[in-house]
Amino acid sequence: MDMTGEYQIAAPRADVWQALNDPDVLRACIPGCEELEMTSDTTMTAKVVQKIGPVKAKFAGEVELVNIVVEESYTIQGEGKGGVAGFAKGGADVRLTDGDGHTLLTYEAQATVGGKLARLGSRLINSTAKKLADKFFENFHDHLGGSDKDGEQSASGTPEAKDAQSERA
Amino acid sequence: MSEGIGAAVKRKEDKRFITGRGKYTDDIRMENQAYGAFVRSPHAHAEIKGIDTSAAEAMDGVIAVLNGKQLKDDAIGDIITGWAIHSKDGNPMNVGAWNPMATARVRHVGEPVAIVIAESQAQARLAAEAVEVDYEELPAVAAATTALEDGAPLLHDNVPGNLIFDWEIGDEAAADAGLAGASHVTELDIVNNRLAPNAIEPRSAIAVYNDIDDHYTLYTTSQNPHVARLVLSAFYNVAPEHKLRVIAPDVGGGFGSKIYIYPEEITCLWASMKTGRSVKWTSDRSEAFMTDAHARDHVTKARMGFDADGKIVGLKVNTVANIGAYASLFATATPTYLYGTLLSGQYNIANVYCDVKAVHTNTVPVDAYRGAGRPEATYVMERLMETAAREMGMDPAELRRRNFITEFPHQTPVIMTYDAGDFHALLEKGQAAADVAGFAARKSEAASRGKLRGIGYSCYIEACGIAPSKAVGSLGAGVGLWESAEVRVNPVGTIEILTGSHAHGQGHETTFAQVVSDRFGLPMDNITIVHGDTDKVQMGMGTYGSRSGAVGMNAIVKAMDKVEAKVKKIAAHTLEASEDDIVIEDGEVKVAGTDKKMAWHEVGLAAYTAHNLPDGMEPGLKEGAFYDPTNFTFPSGTYICEVEVDPETGVVEIVQFTAADDFGTVINPMIVEGQVHGGVTQGIGQALLENVVYDEDGQLITGSYMDYCMPRADDVPSYVLEHSTTVAPSNPLGVKGCGEAGAIGSPPAVINAITDAIGNNNLTMPATPQKVWAAIQEVGLPQAAE
Repeated sequence: MDMTGEYQIAAPRADVWQALNDPDVLRACIPGCEELEMTSDTTMTAKVVQKIGPVKAKFAGEVELVNIVVEESYTIQGEGKGGVAGFAKGGADVRLTDGDGHTLLTYEAQATVGGKLARLGSRLINSTAKKLADKFFENFHDHLGGSDKDGEQSASGTPEAKDAQSERA
Repeated sequence: MSEGIGAAVKRKEDKRFITGRGKYTDDIRMENQAYGAFVRSPHAHAEIKGIDTSAAEAMDGVIAVLNGKQLKDDAIGDIITGWAIHSKDGNPMNVGAWNPMATARVRHVGEPVAIVIAESQAQARLAAEAVEVDYEELPAVAAATTALEDGAPLLHDNVPGNLIFDWEIGDEAAADAGLAGASHVTELDIVNNRLAPNAIEPRSAIAVYNDIDDHYTLYTTSQNPHVARLVLSAFYNVAPEHKLRVIAPDVGGGFGSKIYIYPEEITCLWASMKTGRSVKWTSDRSEAFMTDAHARDHVTKARMGFDADGKIVGLKVNTVANIGAYASLFATATPTYLYGTLLSGQYNIANVYCDVKAVHTNTVPVDAYRGAGRPEATYVMERLMETAAREMGMDPAELRRRNFITEFPHQTPVIMTYDAGDFHALLEKGQAAADVAGFAARKSEAASRGKLRGIGYSCYIEACGIAPSKAVGSLGAGVGLWESAEVRVNPVGTIEILTGSHAHGQGHETTFAQVVSDRFGLPMDNITIVHGDTDKVQMGMGTYGSRSGAVGMNAIVKAMDKVEAKVKKIAAHTLEASEDDIVIEDGEVKVAGTDKKMAWHEVGLAAYTAHNLPDGMEPGLKEGAFYDPTNFTFPSGTYICEVEVDPETGVVEIVQFTAADDFGTVINPMIVEGQVHGGVTQGIGQALLENVVYDEDGQLITGSYMDYCMPRADDVPSYVLEHSTTVAPSNPLGVKGCGEAGAIGSPPAVINAITDAIGNNNLTMPATPQKVWAAIQEVGLPQAAE
């Protein structure tokens, strides 16, 4: 699954960058996040509860930040194990640029799932991922002080996912 | 008589099935029963670096957590494939070793890694979730054609290039020469879509180990309990046969998927010995999707050449068959001797050649499923015929007529000797029943409603009633495919038939009793069919390949021959007549032309009291027979499908489906009709709806009924059935198999009808609305609908 999106965040770029690197912010903003601990400057462990279609599971995973260009971009990548629910892994290239009175955040994400998640939830992965991304940035936006959610201030994403059902001969 | 051969007797077994009183494996409860739950790989391909069972072992109710290494340490054998195939270069095939539970590497999603035994099913499942397996992922490959490419991930060290064998049948040079001289060549790329079997009852097993006698009992969902016992003993080293009893009680559908002895049944037996508890495991539907042997999954290139008169002059077929991660029991026979041997179809073709590459991939093992190889062959033949007719501007029925085999026996260039059939009669019956003459009017009427109406044929022949032991032995089979029966006449004259066939929906309790009733003129109520228990039934090869009638029932006939001979001797002695004058009819044993007679039960009683038997005769009236067929049986038929396609949505409606079949002698026409209904519906499922999909990482993404679409009643029409009979000369009853024909013959009829409707031959199964709509867009709307 591949997904891209961009969000306008009403905060200076330096503040957005700092928040993107703050485990407390991330913990508060990631939907279903129960734990998130920095294990070094660039690595953290996380526990996230998610429900995708009929599969609900707690994912325990490790997350790493690489390709860091301060206040501009990083790649966040990780893998979560959800027990019998299977696993999910992926990464996102996140980039910040200055906009007109806001910071523009763009990302390109890739994710793969396996096990029961793939068997039962593959059709729902795209919509769920989009929903989770929107929820994250809505929380993130709120956290950075944005209050109005209408019009240009709100997040907008354009997931482009391959059709999982497309035939493979 | 009303209950004999040819009577539409209602099924005896349905009374218990439709009142919910069938007894299936999961209904059985043992006194000290524990439950097994498997830890399964979420990865398509990975090394197992470690298994941490400590958390699971500490959980409530957990009795033991056992892994594949322990199983191997106890000398439980690897799972075998039963048919040795040689490549065309003469080398034996290469198959990867299949541990019942993975020891070092997993090769498909769902492969078992460990089993948790616990007091309750919920506790076992919960604890299975707590087993931590450390995997190191490896690159995976799911598509067979990709697995053959250079640089593809390799599954087994002893299988270079993932190629199990590269097999051939027929004469390549002759086929090439035929094609080179053809005035028209039709060429098709064909995908036979991968299916999941979906028996209504999931697989289940209860293993009971008795340490006092060192004896095992396995209750399981098997189509062939004796074969299960044989391989569990001879190859998996669970126990010698006399210390292993296998019972297959009521079984709710198999379609081939319950032929095989899977890792789960083996593991439960071993776990019962390890824990001293009876171990029950019942698959849930999700497990079934990733453990029950899948089906079909062929990619084929086919070329058929014709002379100027439309006579076939050559056929060349190249197929890549996906075998999955491991070679299951019939996996190597299905795409070879059950496939390539049917590539002459109903047609007189001098030159046929077929090459099959069988390939390991990171998917569930693929094996026989209703039709097994023959649906794939029929799909190749009948798509080619219909396409060729269109390309040459001929009526597809006429093209077939010009090529039909009309003289029997007919030796094809691909091993089979067809012994009987009348293909012209079947086509005529089918066309009349389908009112082909009125099709043009129906098509224009449909066009007035904005619908595209199409018609498609399929003229199938298949080889079933497997099989002559000597013949299959020479082709690489590891076992003989005879059947056995025992006829026990009780002192009161009632009869028990012990058969090695196994019923899991076929209605043997009815049809087998009809054959006995017909022979001795006894009411069916006096006859019981016993099957499915290795301690009761002498021996058997089970039910698959449409063999229960053609082989199993004829074994009963052979045993009845012996009973009849003894009955006549006893009656002749008692009635002081010549044996040759004794006749058995209407439950009486009579001296022909006189009023001297004995009731059937009087003969039974005489045999057991033994007060007045001919000198030297043994008491009792019980005879057994092993019947080995002399040939396959060759059911054939013409199927005609009519569809209406909505060009706006691509939705296909099957508006009429006509099946004209030749099954030889029919024992119970109602049951035969039911078999055709079921088979055709499964074929329509394959053609329109069903498809197992793996993503490129080997993840199974059709793992439930949300994503795997099964046919429902409203997807199929009310079928029009016809019969035309040529009696099978190879067996005493003259029967041919009917269980698989519907699934074999129907898919090409459906696709031929749709491609006719939309005017685009570029369409793969399943023909979902999206694909049909795209195919319409590709060529534009046919003229008539604009």
